[in-house]
Amino acid sequence: MIELVNVRKVFNAGNPSEFSALNSVNLTIAQNRVTVLKGPSGSGKTTLLSVIGCMSRPSAGRVHLNGREITSLPERFLTDIRRKTFGFIFQQPNLIKGISVLENVMLPAYPLGEKRSQLKKKAMQGLADLNIAGKSASKVEWLSGGEAQRASIVRALINDPAIIIADEPTAHLDTTLSYRFMEIIEKFKAEGKTVIITSHDPLVYEAAIVDRVVNLRDGRIEGGTA
Amino acid sequence: MRAWIEKQRYIIDFTISSLLRRKVKNFGLLALYTLIVFILASTMFFTHSIKKEASLILKEAPEIIVQKLVAGRHDLFPVRDIETIRKIRGVARVEGRLWGYYFDSLVGANYTLLTPPIPDGGAETGRAATVEIEADDPLAPDASAPLFTFNGAALKPGSLIIGNGIARIRDIGKGDYLPFRAYDGMFMSLKVADALSSQSELVSADLMLITEDDFRKLFGIDRQYVTDVAVTVRNPSEVSTVASKIRQRLHDSRPIVRDEILRTYDSIFNWRGGMMIVIFSAAVLAFVIFAWDKASGLSAGERREIGILKAVGWETSDVIQMKFWEGALISLTAFFTGVILAYIHVFFTGSPVFEPALKGWSNLYPNFMLTPFINAEQLTTLFFLTVVPYTVATIVPTWRAATIDPDTAMRHTGE
Repeated sequence: MIELVNVRKVFNAGNPSEFSALNSVNLTIAQNRVTVLKGPSGSGKTTLLSVIGCMSRPSAGRVHLNGREITSLPERFLTDIRRKTFGFIFQQPNLIKGISVLENVMLPAYPLGEKRSQLKKKAMQGLADLNIAGKSASKVEWLSGGEAQRASIVRALINDPAIIIADEPTAHLDTTLSYRFMEIIEKFKAEGKTVIITSHDPLVYEAAIVDRVVNLRDGRIEGGTA
Repeated sequence: MRAWIEKQRYIIDFTISSLLRRKVKNFGLLALYTLIVFILASTMFFTHSIKKEASLILKEAPEIIVQKLVAGRHDLFPVRDIETIRKIRGVARVEGRLWGYYFDSLVGANYTLLTPPIPDGGAETGRAATVEIEADDPLAPDASAPLFTFNGAALKPGSLIIGNGIARIRDIGKGDYLPFRAYDGMFMSLKVADALSSQSELVSADLMLITEDDFRKLFGIDRQYVTDVAVTVRNPSEVSTVASKIRQRLHDSRPIVRDEILRTYDSIFNWRGGMMIVIFSAAVLAFVIFAWDKASGLSAGERREIGILKAVGWETSDVIQMKFWEGALISLTAFFTGVILAYIHVFFTGSPVFEPALKGWSNLYPNFMLTPFINAEQLTTLFFLTVVPYTVATIVPTWRAATIDPDTAMRHTGE
């Protein structure tokens, strides 16, 4: 379970360009559920997602993960949590150019020092599950948008995280691929994973598998605590 | 432990693939870096070896050379004064020397003329040779051979033995005649009896050995004079005392102590001296600009990559480690390539880059190979001057980029 208490995130603090992206956000996200953070551009969806996923620290407030307060943890521990607990699917695939799909997929597991043969087997299995095993040796710049998205999903799953975080995953996908993506999410849910998605795409937040939609506007949750 | 080793392997693999991804940039960097190390190392090797060579030669030079001064200038030394020096307590041996220069207008070169060594044979005229090195000197194993050898060819009046440089520049050899214009305008033709061994070219390239009689005839020097006097002192710690006593007894003399000559060589070729400092500072300056450029930041692509790595679970230390390996790989490759190339350049190809600037300004260059002297201290200095600052310069911007939130690193660069 993830719990956010009075979370605030300010960018450029102390500068004339100071901007408050999140204001007193209180939110509880249940395990093994698909939660969608919905809202217009600039509403603070991505910022909230990055705070939940330990990608950035809140300026104020507390974040609890399975009852453990993680906001004040040193960077090393946060990284460890990020690596083992969260799998990230970004709006852009954010793959590293110049190296193969397989290497990109294996990247998050490098710091864990897993045996190469096992890691490769796991990565190939993940690619096969999403029907892109044939592209494993290709460089990422040769992939189509959908293939790159699927490669980034396999990468997000390589360390078998309990929570999947996806930031506007369908923003660059056509309708067919978007449906395909939601099918994959359904599979995650079936496997017992918690999924948090930001989106303002009706195809996502109106999907049947979505358990809960949280509306965000101007850095606040509509209706106060959610 | 196995996981740690595996992790290092992954990081090194990724570093290598990362280097190869930016092939053009990294090869350019490597080439520039190697060039700078090459220049620095060549300068160090060259000056160090030439200094070492000079000190080896001078090690066996007489402890004191006494010249006569007239109006502050070097003049011929009267043979009668040799006895005055010999009487000074602590003096082991006093030998008069006959040597001089002859300018050959045909090739525009200056030759050094010397009467050859005749051990124990010059007592009557006060003249003997002092250019041999004692073979059993433990301090100079490299210089245990005589400074020049002439294969035992007899030097008779009317003949001479020439250095290899002269043989080359005049295109002459054994049996040929070399004409000289004497002090009185008369021509003297001397027959080349032999050439000196090419091993001793640093000293003997421009050297000519002629008999005492021919020398005196050529330059018009009376038998009562020699060019200067070489003094050997029994106890090395008394050298300066003996030198001051010579000055007291012969007011018009100038005793030159060997250590002073060594010091002069040292200051010419030391890191503070002449050409060395010019080349060295230019190369160091180039390196500073190069390292500064590197330290001043990362490209947007590199920053984004660091953001991705951090977002997918790499720790700041993993990213820094990766960049450290990257910097270390480039700088170590450049360092060793530069040093090896400099070694070949200085000790095998006769330093063509520095030859005209550092070997002198004569028309008659000695064609010599420097004996390889490697100084560990110098190599360490070079290592700390290049590899360490470069590696640090690579890490600093990475550390700055890697310590910010992955979210910020990715947001600010976009795809």
